[in-house]
Amino acid sequence: MAVVKLLGAWTSPYVYRVIWALKLKGIPYEYIEEDLSNKSPLLLQYNPIHKKIPVLVHDGKPICESTIILQYIDEIWPQNSLLPTDPYDRAVARFWIKFADDKSPSISKLYRTGGEEQEKAVKECLEMLETIEEHGLIGGKKFFGGDKINMVDMAFSSVAHWLEVIQEVAGVKVFEAQKFPRLNTWIQNFKQVPIIKENLPDRDKMLALLKHRRKMLLASK
Amino acid sequence: MDEVKLFGFWASPFSQRVIWALKLKGVNYEYIEEDIPNNKSNLLLHYNPVHKKVPVLVHGGKAIVESSVILEYIDEVWPQNPLLPNDPYERSVVRFWAKFIDEKTRPMWEFLDKFGEEQEKAISKNFEILKTIEENIGLEEKKFFGGDKIGVADLIFGWVIDILVAQEEVVGVKFIKADTFPRLHAWMKNFGEEPTIKNNVPDHNIIVDYLKKRRQSFRISAHP
Repeated sequence: MAVVKLLGAWTSPYVYRVIWALKLKGIPYEYIEEDLSNKSPLLLQYNPIHKKIPVLVHDGKPICESTIILQYIDEIWPQNSLLPTDPYDRAVARFWIKFADDKSPSISKLYRTGGEEQEKAVKECLEMLETIEEHGLIGGKKFFGGDKINMVDMAFSSVAHWLEVIQEVAGVKVFEAQKFPRLNTWIQNFKQVPIIKENLPDRDKMLALLKHRRKMLLASK
Repeated sequence: MDEVKLFGFWASPFSQRVIWALKLKGVNYEYIEEDIPNNKSNLLLHYNPVHKKVPVLVHGGKAIVESSVILEYIDEVWPQNPLLPNDPYERSVVRFWAKFIDEKTRPMWEFLDKFGEEQEKAISKNFEILKTIEENIGLEEKKFFGGDKIGVADLIFGWVIDILVAQEEVVGVKFIKADTFPRLHAWMKNFGEEPTIKNNVPDHNIIVDYLKKRRQSFRISAHP
């Protein structure tokens, strides 16, 4: 019987944050794919408030919300730590993790909406990228975590991998390499890290699925 | 010893939670009142260039922003009277409720700024939010959200004992009653009677006055 289970959905950037953390720390786990249009009784039991993935189940106890899961993982399995040790540096890391959490939804809004709503999402996305470029990646570090990736890098999962696919689905151009040179360098470096490179959803499959979803969503409006 | 400064706004629930945390831990600090929203100081903008908001904690010249981040920082630097449990699983539960309360209770302010049917909807929504907290947060076993001592989730919900009460008076509605929300009602009594909390809330009438003016300005902009 697996001690650690992860309930997830293969297209979710929030699920991948948890996968990367578990892999980085060498924690074996059982992965359970959820059909979000038909949520399992297990998911509803483990996350009755939000009914969302990811959910980590450790020794039968559920932990919900990806950033809370990441902090839990880091506290239970301290090897290859995901946060700095100094309290001030931790506060800076937590600031950017919260920023990523608060602003990332604008990325999925790009493909879920059209017209004025989409324009608003484009604006929000641009503001987010500009802030990261101007304030987050200063100091010439390779990653937010320094020489190695940490929780902040993982928190920006949707910027690293999902944004590019979603732009294509949505038919908008928000991220351009020359407009965001630091961010571009960070994305290239991040996706070369073996744990990340080997654990990303298939781009073509995701493109097809999200295109289909967009069609359905816009048709229903 | 490094200097501690707090940039805040007296009517802000976010500032208030930080003040309570510092007081609970007996940390000395200099308080700087910011003129929110129209006249923010250059120092505030320098310390919080991304969000330009209060509260900002400055410790030894280094700025920490975002109230939930500040609370975790305070808890790590000054470990006495901890605001989070020791056990990692219990910490994750408190963090979950702190995040839930933080996110879900923010729109609870809307009933103060809306009128007519929109206000009715906002009031309804507030009852639903409170119901979820009442039914799920496990208060039947504990005095506070984290156990028998005040923790981060309590500090984040704390605005209901002074600001919500004042908002209720301005609008003429009462949310947390003993018969409809027995657990939250008991929590409010326990939290509000803690000396550190009791001695660090703004005067009720001053908040009412401020909120009346705020509601009036929303009324004017809604019906010019």
